[in-house]
Amino acid sequence: MVGDGLTGNGVTRAEVCAVACAEAWRGDGEIVASPIGTVPTIGARLAALTFSPDLVLTDGDALMTAEPLPVGVGADYPRVVEGWLPFGKMFDLLWWGRRHVMMGATQVDRFGNQNIACIGPWQKPKAMLLGVRGAPGNTVNHTTSYWVPNHSPRAFVEKVDFVSGVGYDRVPASAAVHEIRVVVSNLGVFDFETPDHAMRVRSLHPGVSLDDVQGATGFPLAVDGDVAESRLPTDEELRLIREVIDPQGMRDAEVRS
Amino acid sequence: MADKRTTEAEVVAELRDGMTIGIGGWGSRRKPMTIIREILRSPVRDLTLVSYGGPDVGMLCAAGKVRKVVYGFVSLDSIPLEPHFRAARQSGTIEAMEIDEGMLQWGLRAAAMRVSFLPCRAGLGSSVMEVNPGLKTVRSPYDESEELVAMPALPLDVALIHANRADARGNGQYLGPDWFFDDLFCMAATQAFMSCERIVDTADLLKEGSEQTLKINRMMTHGVIEAPGGARFTSCAPDYARDEALQKEYATTPWEEFGPKWLEMA
Repeated sequence: MVGDGLTGNGVTRAEVCAVACAEAWRGDGEIVASPIGTVPTIGARLAALTFSPDLVLTDGDALMTAEPLPVGVGADYPRVVEGWLPFGKMFDLLWWGRRHVMMGATQVDRFGNQNIACIGPWQKPKAMLLGVRGAPGNTVNHTTSYWVPNHSPRAFVEKVDFVSGVGYDRVPASAAVHEIRVVVSNLGVFDFETPDHAMRVRSLHPGVSLDDVQGATGFPLAVDGDVAESRLPTDEELRLIREVIDPQGMRDAEVRS
Repeated sequence: MADKRTTEAEVVAELRDGMTIGIGGWGSRRKPMTIIREILRSPVRDLTLVSYGGPDVGMLCAAGKVRKVVYGFVSLDSIPLEPHFRAARQSGTIEAMEIDEGMLQWGLRAAAMRVSFLPCRAGLGSSVMEVNPGLKTVRSPYDESEELVAMPALPLDVALIHANRADARGNGQYLGPDWFFDDLFCMAATQAFMSCERIVDTADLLKEGSEQTLKINRMMTHGVIEAPGGARFTSCAPDYARDEALQKEYATTPWEEFGPKWLEMA
């Protein structure tokens, strides 16, 4: 369905996804980037090493690291610590607004509502998932993006079963800010830059057609004219991904080519 | 000076059916597992648990000890979904109060401050407001356009936490990167009990960590238990990492099989 994962110059789909995730943090300045998942983590660290050098990164635990760590390294891997961010401080910080998180989404809908809580009725779920975690607070306090490594009609649904992260059709009047910047999937990049904030195709990854992505989506996607192709990594970005940030190739376990 | 040293059995003897128990730690990190084991051995039931949930919640659900869970998530970290908690939710055998994890902190803080609620934005617009009909909003007296969630206090009958070091007086020390919300759990509770890896002389507390690691002071605790390895199989940085093999066995073995084995351990 998604065609050949490799482009002409050997760039994999996972690498295109990592760059697409990195682009989410472009222009964010001096805030904490909180990526959940391998490919978003590669993306945040790539952004910090290239076009968003002021981003504040963490080790995925309670420490802010001065230089991006490779993904998948243990607690004994050497790191330069520039700050401390235990969970209590993280809540202070996210309520302060200096954060852009990229969370996962078991379901995401047309207006950017996200569900990681349960499938089926909440009172007696068909499948209990993680619970809402911090999604309600994230989405009314700072910019949020989502990462969906398996784009399918089960993930991209007309209406989520439970609103964990708040979408554009439910923004409360007292939200500090509300921005769902992008949804990055293994097929493309999606945003809400339409008059009614319905999900729009922003770009398609190389080898993916509009029919592919519409067929894998449970609601009609907005399309503006000719859809752009997601950009390829530059040579320097490829080197950083392959040699510095993810030398173990963990990205390929999350997105298959 | 009171000597607060006690045992898991004495602590669990204080518990009553129907109590609200707050459990410190986070996910599958620094959970007071030897105290949980003792609860599993006891006849106590109908508990309401308040937790950044991990196997503490899962085991107590599996053993039928739980009436209700107050949580933002329940996870084993390296295994994202807690199987026994999921089973309990999916069979409808427990009640649930599912809230944003920041709201949970706010509920504990409100209880610790002895106020009935604290305002916050988290929850607005989400389904949390619909599935918790008891949750109310409040309008700012300073700005009528500002409507916030009035997160109710979550007072606890008992808090249970696990620290790296403690002294016999009940002062507690964290040596890892995060103390989570253990201080708030203690301050939200009528009684708080702390297990620890090692009880040391008060004069030795600063030998392993700075003043800032002394997050729990003796006013917050009513009993301290020396329990080396007491968080296992959850992690207790820097003393030990999570026992991933044992956690995996727990998560993939039916409780009827794993439970008796777990109760026999140490």
